[in-house]
Amino acid sequence: MLLISPTLVFTLLMLAVPLIMVLALSFWTQSYLTLDRSFSLENYKTAWTEPMYQYLMARSLKISIFVTALTVLLAYPVAYFISFHVTPKRKAMWIFLITIPFWTSYLMRIFLWKVILGYNGVVNGSLMGLGLIEQPLSFILYNQNAVVLTLAHSWVPFAILPIFVALERVDRSLIEVAEDLGDNWLRRFFRVTLPLSMPGVIAATIIVFIPTIGDYVTPRLVGGPNGLMISNMIELQFKKANNAPLGAALAISAMAIVTCVTLVFVWMNRKFMRGPK
Amino acid sequence: MMRGKGYFFKWYVALFLVFLYAPAILLPVFAFNDSSIVSFPLKGFTTKWFEVLQSTEALHVAVRNSLMIAVTTAIFSTIFGVLAARASTRFAFPARRSIMGFIMLPMVLPEIIIGVSLLVVIIQLGFELSLFTIILGHILICTPFCIAILSSAFMNLDRSLEEASIDLGQTRWNTFWMVLFPLVMPGIVASLLIAFTISLDEFIIAFFLSGTEPTLPVYIWGQLRFPQKLPSLMALGTLLLVLSISLLVLADYFRRRSLKKTGIENSGGFL
Amino acid sequence: MTKPIIQLSGVDKFYGDFQALSQIDLDIRTGEFFSLLGPSGCGKTTLLRSIAGFETPSAGSLHIDGKSMDGVPANKRPTNMVFQSYAIFPHMSVAENVAYGLKARRLPKAEIQERVSEAIFMVGLQGFDNRASHALSGGQRQRVALARALVLKPRVLLLDEPLSALDKKMREQMQSELRRLQRAVGITFVLVTHDQEEALTMSDRIAVIFDGKIAQVATPQMLYGMPSSRRVGNFIGMMNFLEAKILGTSGETVEVDVQSLGTLTLPLSQAPGGVEGCQSIGIRPEMLTILAEGQTAEREIEAVVSEVFYYGDMTYYDVTLPQKDAPVTVTMRNTAGRKVLAAGDTARVGWSPVSLLLLQ
Ligand SMILES: Nc1ncnc2c1ncn2[C@@H]1O[C@H](COP(=O)(O)OP(=O)(O)OP(=O)(O)O)[C@@H](O)[C@H]1O
Ligand SMILES: [Mg+2]
Repeated sequence: MLLISPTLVFTLLMLAVPLIMVLALSFWTQSYLTLDRSFSLENYKTAWTEPMYQYLMARSLKISIFVTALTVLLAYPVAYFISFHVTPKRKAMWIFLITIPFWTSYLMRIFLWKVILGYNGVVNGSLMGLGLIEQPLSFILYNQNAVVLTLAHSWVPFAILPIFVALERVDRSLIEVAEDLGDNWLRRFFRVTLPLSMPGVIAATIIVFIPTIGDYVTPRLVGGPNGLMISNMIELQFKKANNAPLGAALAISAMAIVTCVTLVFVWMNRKFMRGPK
Repeated sequence: MMRGKGYFFKWYVALFLVFLYAPAILLPVFAFNDSSIVSFPLKGFTTKWFEVLQSTEALHVAVRNSLMIAVTTAIFSTIFGVLAARASTRFAFPARRSIMGFIMLPMVLPEIIIGVSLLVVIIQLGFELSLFTIILGHILICTPFCIAILSSAFMNLDRSLEEASIDLGQTRWNTFWMVLFPLVMPGIVASLLIAFTISLDEFIIAFFLSGTEPTLPVYIWGQLRFPQKLPSLMALGTLLLVLSISLLVLADYFRRRSLKKTGIENSGGFL
Repeated sequence: MTKPIIQLSGVDKFYGDFQALSQIDLDIRTGEFFSLLGPSGCGKTTLLRSIAGFETPSAGSLHIDGKSMDGVPANKRPTNMVFQSYAIFPHMSVAENVAYGLKARRLPKAEIQERVSEAIFMVGLQGFDNRASHALSGGQRQRVALARALVLKPRVLLLDEPLSALDKKMREQMQSELRRLQRAVGITFVLVTHDQEEALTMSDRIAVIFDGKIAQVATPQMLYGMPSSRRVGNFIGMMNFLEAKILGTSGETVEVDVQSLGTLTLPLSQAPGGVEGCQSIGIRPEMLTILAEGQTAEREIEAVVSEVFYYGDMTYYDVTLPQKDAPVTVTMRNTAGRKVLAAGDTARVGWSPVSLLLLQ
């Protein structure tokens, strides 16, 4: 107990206290330069009813859901490949290989997608070079597609890892039993492998979903005006617009939504863990 | 049937790796490209962008700030990590799961939330934004990673090793230094390196909490707006990539050594 | 009788509400090979760790070599332990492991070196001195653990299931080696095991523990031949039980009515746990004989063979006695010319009143 206390006290001071203060702040109101410290739900009213915020929130949620789905779909076959088609000795190396790009400078990595997807970018350049298109494609940068793609790229290693771990835990003899009982590969996959690896899929979903909804840099760099997300608005309120209480209310609201969605996933996870036995 | 499936996976994974590595590969390509515009077609080979870096004073300041922050963060989050990992793997205490869950929370919380909430506290308490405030934020987010690494190092320790040492007549203090410490040392080094790497690259929290002194990512963010600065940023990114990968390989080497020392077969990578 | 080196009296150990040890009274004599035997979870390890100083008894007293161990930490006790997992320090070589305790005692270098090679020689690991300890087989680790503890010349060596991680062959080899070592060094060994065969072959005396209580302390012969209760008899080897009713005692004898066997008069010495409360008669399978044609025995009873288990050197028969539902097991050595019966055959079972035990 004594050992844990320094870490716990630090986390309490640096995480719990600030979160509580943000919560408090969200009930106060800003009038020009002074902060009105009387309790008010004004900020929440603005955050939940003003169309601009509603719209941003919905868009953030939508992008996050797309990113999560895309990431998990991209990740699963890779995790499956490493778990089932790579010799055990090589598995660690493959996992390492998957995580390396993640350690490229975060900002540069995102910025480079701008270079790849841009008007004179790599994709357009190659496609035109191959004669597949005549005009550069413009629908691939500065919109929500670009945000989804870039975020998926950022988070896919984090989705592969838990799915891989879950697949490694699947008892191989269970799959053999299914084969022995007459299931072909596809049926075996859907009836045995996938359900047994579901906890990993759900963990991946949570790991990707939570941080993406709060991502700031990606929408700013590749999103264009229509690709901005809620965190850009939170930053705006805290900095330029100088309305920290509204920013706090937006942050709390976003967190509440994330928590709700996550809880649903956790609940689903529980159901899967218990299994239909 | 088997072959067809194998081919599908090989092709899929190959394409996936291209997607995954695309930015990382383009970085050095543009860093050595003799053109002030970052786009295709390539123009020729040059190292002048690296020379530009050498003569940019503001960059040097940012690098110094970032190094200072990263070193401090690495040390403190590893200390916190050692304490928490040891406590959680060796002792039972009330509400252990919830306490550990809470401490690990920053790992999944969106960074913007952490950034914003620390900003609120600092402003409300009337503190100045400074490198110190960034350090606090970084320790907060790095500690969970350190705990994750150190927990596995501590967990692999057989509890009877400690008891054997005491049984053979050694004191508790010496047991720590002669048995526990050597066995978890590689884990500690790995934890320091990971925390250092994370802190060095962290942007959001630094962006919210930096006052007048920028960190390296904050400096890069400022420069991204100027097209003429881009090629030298590519050079900078290349250097950082090489640095990160070296540190990671080093960290992984130490982690493996730790596993080897405790005689456990290596499995899996980081995280 | 040699004086006890370890004396436990009235030792209790509670984990929260759970009582792992209750009222343990035990004297272990100097120089003997003593075993703690009992089923899994009965508290053997807890008792051993209390002696070593890793657990503090909730009540009672513990004396080692006549000194109270109250408040004496594990590193100050004249005992050393061989852990079930061996607990070999993975970052040290064989020699460094063995030298660990000597270094803690700050002995001169030359002496350490001499004693280490002596100990390594004693356990048969010469030539392995500089081997990294994670590159050792299970049997070799076991030897390092032994050398590491024995090199300190403790008054008592505590061993917690030291052989359970070894395969059968290695285990048998180490059993005789442990016995040899114990005789050679003359140190008191206290061995924890759940393997009755291991306890019987190695020990001078054995304490049988059930549910945190000592059921019986005796030599292997006494334990096997004169178990003090039905439970001990059943735990050590095989034993058949027949219901029995005590009709009365007179002087040195007791009269009992035994299911299937009728009314018998037995000497009191055949009730090792006392006559009071006895409800069964126990008899070892090898004390019963399937009589060949023409063979006779002191007493005989007709039975039907219900099941035959052929083991090569032995045959185990389950036979049903006239007034008993559950079958009784009879083991027979397969000698030349002896006919092996089949299920359904009738058999004459020979027995003798002297091999009956009256048990609770
Ligand atoms: N630290 C503890 N906290 C709570 N209960 C414990 C603890 N240690 C042991 N016990 C309980 O005490 C009982 C005796 O444990 P012990 O380890 O002594 O058994 P054992 O006889 O050595 O069994 P085994 O043969 O399985 O090793 C068990 O029921 C166990 O669950
Ligand atoms: Mg035990």
